[in-house]
Amino acid sequence: MFFTSLRRELAGRRRQTAIVAIGMALAIALVIIVNSVASGVRDAQASVLQSVYGVGTDLTVSQEPTPPTEGEAGAGPGRFEFGADDGTVSEDSTSVSQSRLTAGFGSTTFDASALETVTGIDGVAAASAALSLTNLTFSGEMPQFAARDQGPPPAEGGDTAQQPPTGGFDGAGGSAFDVDSFTVLGIDPGAAAVGPLSSVELAEGRGLEASDAGQAVAVLDASYATSADLAVGDTIDVGGTEFEVVGTVSSTSADAATASNVYLPLDLAQSLSGLDGQVSDIYVQAESSDGIAAVQADLEEALPDASVSTQADLAASVSGSLSTASTLISNLGLWLSLAVLVAAFLIAILFTIQGVTRRTREFGTLKAIGWSNGRVVGQVAGESLVQGLIGGAAGLVLGLAGIWVINLIAPTLGGSATTGAVPGGAVTAGGGGGGPTAAGPFGDRLADAAGATTEVVLNAPVTISVVAIAIGLAVLGGLLAGAIGGWRASRLRPAEALRSVA
Amino acid sequence: MYTLEHVSKTYSQSKRRVTALQDVTLSIPSGQLVAIQGPTGGGKSTLLQMLGALDRPTTGRLTLGDAELSHLPDRKLGGIRAREIGFVFQGFNLIPTLTAQENVETALAPLGVPAEDRRRRAVDALASVGLADRAAHMPGELSGGQQQRVAIARALVKEPDVLLADEPTGNLDEETRDEIMDLLEGLWRDRGLTLVIVTHDSAVARRAERRLHIKLGIVTER
Ligand SMILES: Nc1ncnc2c1ncn2[C@@H]1O[C@H](COP(=O)(O)OP(=O)(O)OP(=O)(O)O)[C@@H](O)[C@H]1O
Ligand SMILES: [Mg+2]
Repeated sequence: MFFTSLRRELAGRRRQTAIVAIGMALAIALVIIVNSVASGVRDAQASVLQSVYGVGTDLTVSQEPTPPTEGEAGAGPGRFEFGADDGTVSEDSTSVSQSRLTAGFGSTTFDASALETVTGIDGVAAASAALSLTNLTFSGEMPQFAARDQGPPPAEGGDTAQQPPTGGFDGAGGSAFDVDSFTVLGIDPGAAAVGPLSSVELAEGRGLEASDAGQAVAVLDASYATSADLAVGDTIDVGGTEFEVVGTVSSTSADAATASNVYLPLDLAQSLSGLDGQVSDIYVQAESSDGIAAVQADLEEALPDASVSTQADLAASVSGSLSTASTLISNLGLWLSLAVLVAAFLIAILFTIQGVTRRTREFGTLKAIGWSNGRVVGQVAGESLVQGLIGGAAGLVLGLAGIWVINLIAPTLGGSATTGAVPGGAVTAGGGGGGPTAAGPFGDRLADAAGATTEVVLNAPVTISVVAIAIGLAVLGGLLAGAIGGWRASRLRPAEALRSVA
Repeated sequence: MYTLEHVSKTYSQSKRRVTALQDVTLSIPSGQLVAIQGPTGGGKSTLLQMLGALDRPTTGRLTLGDAELSHLPDRKLGGIRAREIGFVFQGFNLIPTLTAQENVETALAPLGVPAEDRRRRAVDALASVGLADRAAHMPGELSGGQQQRVAIARALVKEPDVLLADEPTGNLDEETRDEIMDLLEGLWRDRGLTLVIVTHDSAVARRAERRLHIKLGIVTER
């Protein structure tokens, strides 16, 4: 009886059934898509982080950048110093080329002994230290000022040399400089399990091995190698020393760049940058994911000056279109799907109430011939529930179709996580050591070099929870409308059957 | 057997109070055919609702057999309606989305009759009102008289003790009216029903054993 009545009723008012089901379907499809894209964006964020911090890195330890103290400025290793003997002197200009290895932007170095402190903490499975650096190669030609000084002083309003000097950054006419920078990461060549190289794929050659300590060998990011026109077997000038390129690596996530352009053995990176015994980041793997919070607390206690970040903290440091997408999804997507969901529920509720009102005489008659309130309410609720489920099924199909389309388009999102950055990361802090600051004409290029921009293809996954959400919402919407409609029906007096004669 | 002792019913609508039944005392023995007549608004339907356990009197005592309808909770009254009382309405009140047979079956649903039994009894009931061949028709496909026959089959399929009819022929032409009255009278005689019919129509009332008249809530015998 229940099913017969239900089927007949829903078939009898196909239009209302369709409207309610379509409303529910749209809302549920939207929720499914937003949910799936949101988890796709989370995955993308995770893969960006992975390419920077490596697989299995649960925590990173770095140092808060301290503002440069007075007198310290200029004392760092970053200053280019061209002596009279540098470069080759031609007739009227000096050609110079010099490369400097300096602390990476946004990172501050600290004593490598911290690594032992970290490994000594309970719950730490593995840890490795790295030193994030930037190599600046400065090459160009400087005019011979002496030669010019010997000439006649330019007359005011004269014809040739009176224009303000144009050309190089120094403002001296006739000079041409090129500044080339790339990021360098000194890593412990023996510890591949944790750290930035744990998430890369060997593209060519070999990776760094324990025996490479102290050897002038380098591994390059594959895309950097391509753009710099370098291959295995070539040499690269880092901090004035020629390194042999022994391998190239690429990210395991498609289209993603790895954490750094160049990877060197840690000890050489330290000595070339003048940062002996210093590191900028420690990558920590916890023994269990439950223990991360405890390990974080212990690390913070053991290293009071350091800043300890979890993957979750680091996710906040992911920027670029990825973070835009993430914000868009979590704000607009959430509210939009919520609004549509509420609208669909309201439609379902209003139609159910309207249906009960229209069927006053019908329900009154059923009550008059002995149907209990429960039976009448069950009928109304059953109808709404089935309506909701029809909507849910349609919504699931629609939502899956939407996800399929998104995965077909496979939009690419770019995200950059500043290496070794403290959240709120001080890219412009310029590493307190008196090196070039990121302001000025170099700023953009340097900032680009410091943060690895990673391109990730958005993949919206279909999970059990997505299906569960669809069914759950359909049931919820159906029951909500059914409960309200049923409540109305339960309040009908059976005497109404006799009262409202058509 | 109905007994009514000083039964009154007042409806309060905001400030206005309407006394639909005023101190009614009477009894209806089992198996009697009673007609209730009176001017519109006199209280006929109200009395029928009291007899049908659809509503309780404001004051007074009303019993059907052992059951004190005036003081039972809603749930119990529902059970009594399901088992013992059949209703026939002026507007037929069939469920428009169900076939004739399914409409008849709705009366058996609250009694927990198994589906197979329900079907058989519904078909039998339809046959007894002369509609064996219309079981699969929707109410909209039936004439007024046929619809009222389906409603009578629905009222009688559970084999109640009492059949209450509020203007059962009010929407029918004279010829159909007589057919329906013949049917009701035949069923009443065959099954020993207590049959109470509210009617404006003297031709209908003349067939009753006993005629009551209600005016301004006061019941008088004719
Ligand atoms: N639910 C209600 N609320 C308020 N007043 C009511 C209600 N039901 C009935 N009444 C009033 O009680 C009085 C008796 O109504 P009732 O329906 O019993 O009359 P009736 O004799 O059946 O009339 P008719 O011949 O028109 O069907 C009327 O004045 C009516 O307005
Ligand atoms: Mg009436």
